[in-house]
Amino acid sequence: MKYLDEYRDGRVAKKIVDEVKRSITRPWVLMEVCGGQTHSIVKYGLDKLLPEEVELVHGPGCPVCVTSLEMIDRAHAIARRSDVIFCSFGDMLRVPGSNGDLFKIKSEGGNIRVVYSPLDCLKIARANPEKQIVFFAIGFETTAPANAMSVWQAREQAIDNFSVLVSHVLVPPAVTGILNSPNNRVQAFLGPGHVCAIAGWAEYELIVDRYQVPIVITGFEPIDILQGVLLCVRQLEQGRAELENGYSRCVQREGNPSAQSMIERVFEVVDRAWRGLGVIPQSGFGLRAEFQKYNAERIFDVGHIHAVEPAVCMSGQILQGLKKPLDCPAFGRQCSPENPLGATMVSAEGACAAYYNYGRHLANVEALVEKS
Amino acid sequence: MMKKDFVLSCPVPIIDRKNIVLGHGSGGKLSAQLVRDLFLPAFDNEYLRKLDDQAVFQAGSARLAFSTDSFVVTPLFFPGGNIGELAVNGTVNDLAMSGARPLFLSAAFIMEEGLAMEELSRIVESMSLAAQVAGVSIVTGDTKVVNKGSADKLFITTSGIGLVPEGVSLSASQVRPGDHIILSGSIADHGMAVMSVREGMEFEGAILSDTASLYPLVEAMLAAGQVHALRDPTRGGLATSLCEIASSASVGIEIDASAVLVREDVKGACEILGLDPLFVANEGKLVAFVAPEDSAAIVKAMRRTDHGAEARLIGKAVAKHRGMVLLNTEVGGTRVLDLPFTEQLPRIC
Repeated sequence: MKYLDEYRDGRVAKKIVDEVKRSITRPWVLMEVCGGQTHSIVKYGLDKLLPEEVELVHGPGCPVCVTSLEMIDRAHAIARRSDVIFCSFGDMLRVPGSNGDLFKIKSEGGNIRVVYSPLDCLKIARANPEKQIVFFAIGFETTAPANAMSVWQAREQAIDNFSVLVSHVLVPPAVTGILNSPNNRVQAFLGPGHVCAIAGWAEYELIVDRYQVPIVITGFEPIDILQGVLLCVRQLEQGRAELENGYSRCVQREGNPSAQSMIERVFEVVDRAWRGLGVIPQSGFGLRAEFQKYNAERIFDVGHIHAVEPAVCMSGQILQGLKKPLDCPAFGRQCSPENPLGATMVSAEGACAAYYNYGRHLANVEALVEKS
Repeated sequence: MMKKDFVLSCPVPIIDRKNIVLGHGSGGKLSAQLVRDLFLPAFDNEYLRKLDDQAVFQAGSARLAFSTDSFVVTPLFFPGGNIGELAVNGTVNDLAMSGARPLFLSAAFIMEEGLAMEELSRIVESMSLAAQVAGVSIVTGDTKVVNKGSADKLFITTSGIGLVPEGVSLSASQVRPGDHIILSGSIADHGMAVMSVREGMEFEGAILSDTASLYPLVEAMLAAGQVHALRDPTRGGLATSLCEIASSASVGIEIDASAVLVREDVKGACEILGLDPLFVANEGKLVAFVAPEDSAAIVKAMRRTDHGAEARLIGKAVAKHRGMVLLNTEVGGTRVLDLPFTEQLPRIC
């Protein structure tokens, strides 16, 4: 497929990997920030192509994984109501709250719909005037413009039976949090390509300067990711710490100003709880005062619902890149996609689920191959 | 906030499902659990235990194949077909995968009060045509009407009987390391055709369902060489069929991603929705495990048929990593294909 196959070309991949091998003289720890990048790495087996000096750790950029348990419980409380049609992105349906997931609520009679665009909720709202339509507005800077647009359009079109449960999160505070952690091991970042396509990279330049850490804005296809690794390794080997744009076909320095202004009009930056990480100050979006009319948390009075996340698994450390999925004693045993113990096993983009689906048996396989 | 060690977070595990969820019908691990934990112990017998798509048994001097399948699809009409054609071809193909010549079908209709007579009549007409093309007769049936809201317009169940020719014995247990794996054409067409007209995700395009009777193709293959096992990768897609064979035949499987044909428009639709075509349903494709010395002849014979024109070798059964399916990716990496837990969900980004 044009514009995709070029970025999945095995010959190009080999050239870049060879170049990484030529450039590297010592071990380095790189973090890919986005869940989509983690997904590509395991889907295409990229970590196995790279020299062992390159250690890839998986970042906190899976929006489904980092949505707090508390917020999921609030979503579920709303979704159980008989007067509500609850709309969500697909992979959120499987995320467990304290008592089951949206599939379970659906099986018990809840009206749950998967949507591709939050604007579809407005259509549903018009078609079902006797119901309250609630959209679970999650995600990073990437989904924020369309989610903001749905609220904006609801006001423009005077649709009164639509509201949003907002749990938006932002990448830069999470990256800063990781760099501030006393146990931090990350020496360079593959930056979030699609987030930067919206938000631009000015904020990341500040991080590069303050922490002297290379950030290479990186896309999601195998060649993009290998290229991002190569640019990071070159910077590290040469003692540079710069912001580089390895995803110039999508990302410009200023980002997408019209998307930003839509976000700006509807949302403001607020403190936000992250699953596995706790509350990070100024790390999310919430509705501005003039849009509180569309705030599902208020309409359905679910703000009092709190959830305590019990200490069992190491997903918090995995989200920070301190541990890898295979380091977890529960991985593939008590914890699997059928029975997720932690956030990172929940979504297909979560590091643990990605490992489970694509890479789980590799150590095992290699051992078998050697024997045979 | 991040300076202290973490109080690690974990949701409460959910193992026991008190109710049936959609995933129980996905063809993935939840479906397998349901069969293993509920149906198999209750109905246990030597035929069922094989967990094939059909039962093959001796009746007098004849060996018969017997299979049943229910069809629930929204919408009833989709690009390239409708529920009626699926109901005929689905059961015909389940029989054909044992090498059987399909002979007779039954058809049971559960209709929701209010179903348009015109729609029902179009569906029945296309069933008649599909049966004619497949060379089967629909010889018995049943109708029920339920209250509005108790069913989604129309559900059809078909059962079928076929005659297994002398000397033909296809089963996962016949698969050997070294077998070549042949795919009859492009994958994911049916699933994406239905998806393209689902409420809330309409996208323009001309992706057509591949629904078709595969018996003529099977007949040509059996005449051309030694076939060990056949599967029609419907629900759960090619990957699910391969996982099932790897597990029940206890062989390893290696597939080349670049050899698996996915049409450009289908690939595009999968990219947009974040779905993996390897796990998307087909209704007119088969995957075959054949003796390596015969694979060239079988592919050649397949290519002369209507539904095998794009047949190709996609991989091999191997003696290592038994029970496991490995995919060699386009960029030279390797990944494991595993049974999905439940149905694939569109990803957020």
